[in-house]
Amino acid sequence: MATEERRSGPDGVETVDADDVDAADILGSAIERREDPSLLTGDAEYTDDIQLPDSAHAAILRSQYAHARIEGIDTSEAEAMDDVVDVFTAEDIDVPGNLPTAWDLDTLRTVDHPVLAEDRIRYQGDALAVVVAEERYQAHDAVDRIDVDYDRLEAVTDPETALDDDAPVVHEEEGTNTAFDWEIGDADETDAAFAEADHAVGIDVTNQLLIPNAMEPRAAIADYDDSDDELTLHMTTQNPHVHRLLLSGVIDHPEHKLRVRAPDVGGGFGSKIHHYADEALVALAAKRAERPVKWQATRTETYLTDAQGRGHETHAELAVDDDGTIRGLRVDTAANMGAYLSTFAPAVPTYLYGTLLSGQYDIPAIHCEVSGVFTNVPPVDAYRGAGRPEASFVVERIVKEAADAIGMDPTELRRHNFPDPDEFPHATPVAMEYDSGDYDKTLDRALDLVDYDEFRERQERAREEGRYIGVGLSCYIEACGLAPSELVGELGAGAGLWESGLVRFTPSGTVKAAVGTSGHGQGHDTTYAQVVANELGVDYDDVDVDEGDTDALPQGMGTYGSRSAAVGGSALVQSARKVVDKARKIAAHQLEADPIDVEFEDGEFYVAGAPDRSMGVQDVALEAYLAHDIPDDIEPGLEATTFFDPDNFVFPFGTHVAVVEVDPDTGEIEFEDYVAVDDVGNQINPKIVEGQIHGGVAQGVGQALYEGAEYDENGQLVTGSMQDYTVPKAEHIPDMETDSTTTPSPVNPLGVKGVGEAGTIAAPQAVVNAVVDALEPFGVEDIDMPLTNERVWRAAHGNGGDS
Amino acid sequence: MERDITLTVNGTEHELSVEPRTLLIHALRDEMGYTGPNVGCESSTCGTCTVHVDGKAVKACTELAVRAEGSEITTIEALNEDGELHPLQESFQEEHGLQCGYCTPGMVMTAAEFLEEEPDPDREEIREALEGNLCRCTGYQNIVNAVETGAEKMRTETAADGGTVEGGD
Repeated sequence: MATEERRSGPDGVETVDADDVDAADILGSAIERREDPSLLTGDAEYTDDIQLPDSAHAAILRSQYAHARIEGIDTSEAEAMDDVVDVFTAEDIDVPGNLPTAWDLDTLRTVDHPVLAEDRIRYQGDALAVVVAEERYQAHDAVDRIDVDYDRLEAVTDPETALDDDAPVVHEEEGTNTAFDWEIGDADETDAAFAEADHAVGIDVTNQLLIPNAMEPRAAIADYDDSDDELTLHMTTQNPHVHRLLLSGVIDHPEHKLRVRAPDVGGGFGSKIHHYADEALVALAAKRAERPVKWQATRTETYLTDAQGRGHETHAELAVDDDGTIRGLRVDTAANMGAYLSTFAPAVPTYLYGTLLSGQYDIPAIHCEVSGVFTNVPPVDAYRGAGRPEASFVVERIVKEAADAIGMDPTELRRHNFPDPDEFPHATPVAMEYDSGDYDKTLDRALDLVDYDEFRERQERAREEGRYIGVGLSCYIEACGLAPSELVGELGAGAGLWESGLVRFTPSGTVKAAVGTSGHGQGHDTTYAQVVANELGVDYDDVDVDEGDTDALPQGMGTYGSRSAAVGGSALVQSARKVVDKARKIAAHQLEADPIDVEFEDGEFYVAGAPDRSMGVQDVALEAYLAHDIPDDIEPGLEATTFFDPDNFVFPFGTHVAVVEVDPDTGEIEFEDYVAVDDVGNQINPKIVEGQIHGGVAQGVGQALYEGAEYDENGQLVTGSMQDYTVPKAEHIPDMETDSTTTPSPVNPLGVKGVGEAGTIAAPQAVVNAVVDALEPFGVEDIDMPLTNERVWRAAHGNGGDS
Repeated sequence: MERDITLTVNGTEHELSVEPRTLLIHALRDEMGYTGPNVGCESSTCGTCTVHVDGKAVKACTELAVRAEGSEITTIEALNEDGELHPLQESFQEEHGLQCGYCTPGMVMTAAEFLEEEPDPDREEIREALEGNLCRCTGYQNIVNAVETGAEKMRTETAADGGTVEGGD
């Protein structure tokens, strides 16, 4: 494992062809991805590319309104149309049809979430009816002919308003919009810290609702075989096994007769974790029609129905002394949960948020209260980062404000409160124990890359010329690879968060690896093959990786929370080591030596002290399957499966710095520099790490400057198309300079920490801090995201816009 | 009311019956099996459906199939020749210019047309040229790198073929 520090400008890490890498160096090499040729030539198979014989198409009628009673649904015209195969509504289905919430909290109000609305609509995308027709267009035509009689109700879309006494109630039977109240930390100790501290600094921040916008809209094809009751779903999923388990309950189909398969998946960012109504409806449609049924969401449907992210309104206060010592942090958040509690939704603004509020700092006392609130927007659940960006935003914004308030350089205030590298594992007052860290190192490197020491002088000179440049820092922490299962169970998870990995030699010596994660752009086929080839000492090209199919794998929990390398990769490592242990016994038998005396290196077993008595692991594989001459106590075959359950989360960290120029006359923001120095532990493939950082930062910059789900007073989504919701274009995202330090994690055998969400967690506050810094001469202390030209201009002009 | 049309796709003539409203992208994907180009937005915004119609990059999600009759259509499936990747396809792999791959066919087709017009663009010009193609995975930087590298490869190839390179180095 290469551990040297790497530096890259816009050109980034240079890739190499796997054929040009020595087997011993395969782990840690930036090899080109093996996935790419099929993706680059149109050979890839996304869900909608699959054409099963005799397939019909489904389309789903969604509510026009955000909040209404359903007085009646008339499907007769649709049913009478040529080529319409089936039309059904809630009253036609006789399965439980209730989407589960797989994370519990003590105070959680669990509410029913029917796959088809029965008598009430609670958000604009709520499903009302399903049409199955011979062709795609006909299904959509028929949906348009269904007549729904609505009795419209007042809607509420923001969580603070929803908590008002006179707010419309989303779930009438509950009598309140409070989905849960949750707290973490010690209120009394935090009060005491504030009483003793020299200063208290307060901020109000909005972390706006975001729409994930995977480029491939969600889709599913259900294929039902009546003769043996086998039901197969090809679908856009990040976690086929989780989908299989949940779906089997929702549609009352035995789990062992249900197969969920992820073909190529065009991005997810969290949005393809959750169990939506749609896959259940497609499955029911296929069972009713007794033929394959395909459903492909339109982009409009994804805007209306994909689980959204963020949606926090927060008041935070920081207690800090004159010398910059942070004494305490108090946080009060109203979190928008949307109309229903999606799959893992209750975990996001609680255990994935409150537990990260210590950031990179040694804060003695923290208290955080969160109210989860029902509103008339789509369910809000995990979107890239999921809770951790919200926490990091609060911490890094308030630390900057505190530095300004006490007249201290923001880098110095941060540094003053870092735990020392020898103070790890580091326990926080919000239940986390950080595995390893060296926060000065990433901060120093990032400051060096932006020439921070000379920046303030440059800023001063620029201001004299009437130009406004600013620098913003984000020293972030993230927690990924949630584990162990016993702990997450105590926190409310309705699942274990282990991962399974299988390593199997074929008799001819090639290797099949299978793992329960489910990549959708992360290059898992490449990185897992690097891991397994390294452990077994076989050629990289001799290892093939299977993912994303419940029939091909033992079990799995899927890909989210930056967990795949840390948990799935580690399961493969453990399985490979079990395989080597067994192979060692067979090799020892063949070499007539004691297994204790048989060494293994670079794919060869040899007798210690007699290197000429050796046998390659691939030859051992053949012997294991021939089983003509293996030890009596050893079974034939050479494979192993591991369910890896880590002892702790892993905690990547880093420093991102944005340098911007703001034009106060137009509100335009230009990037002068964006530097990301990340420590994600050991790196399996540095080019893929770089790509994850780039993409994550782009989504974070998108949140900071461009994106946001906007609703009107009736709960109608105003940003309901790609022409209205600003997914950043190439010209919106700056070239970034990425670099890394390497602090291996002790909690897994690879020493990896996870990288999928780092950029998205780090970037927004770096950008906002930079813009606020640039506009300091105008007295600007805060601007709500997204920092549109208008908002920036108004801020620079005293918010009123009149000056 | 369906209409019989003939479309030439990647050099092969296809006769098919389509409704007048059938979008070119659905004719390509559902009727003829060219599933390389994808559908991302149905509104000409994201560019995942980009194909070449008579050499020009066109968003097939807002073009009617009947209007393409008589045109030469090229999809990503035909960009590589004789089993060899096109220089742009090579450079996308080398530069890690793709992750989930969904936007990639459109991105490559747009870039291929752009480089025909401008064989030696700078980074800003590349970013502008890609404004009609959205990517949610890569943050674009490695796509820009891939187009730069692909341009260089294409200039080298053109030079090796004895052609003249406008603006080449």
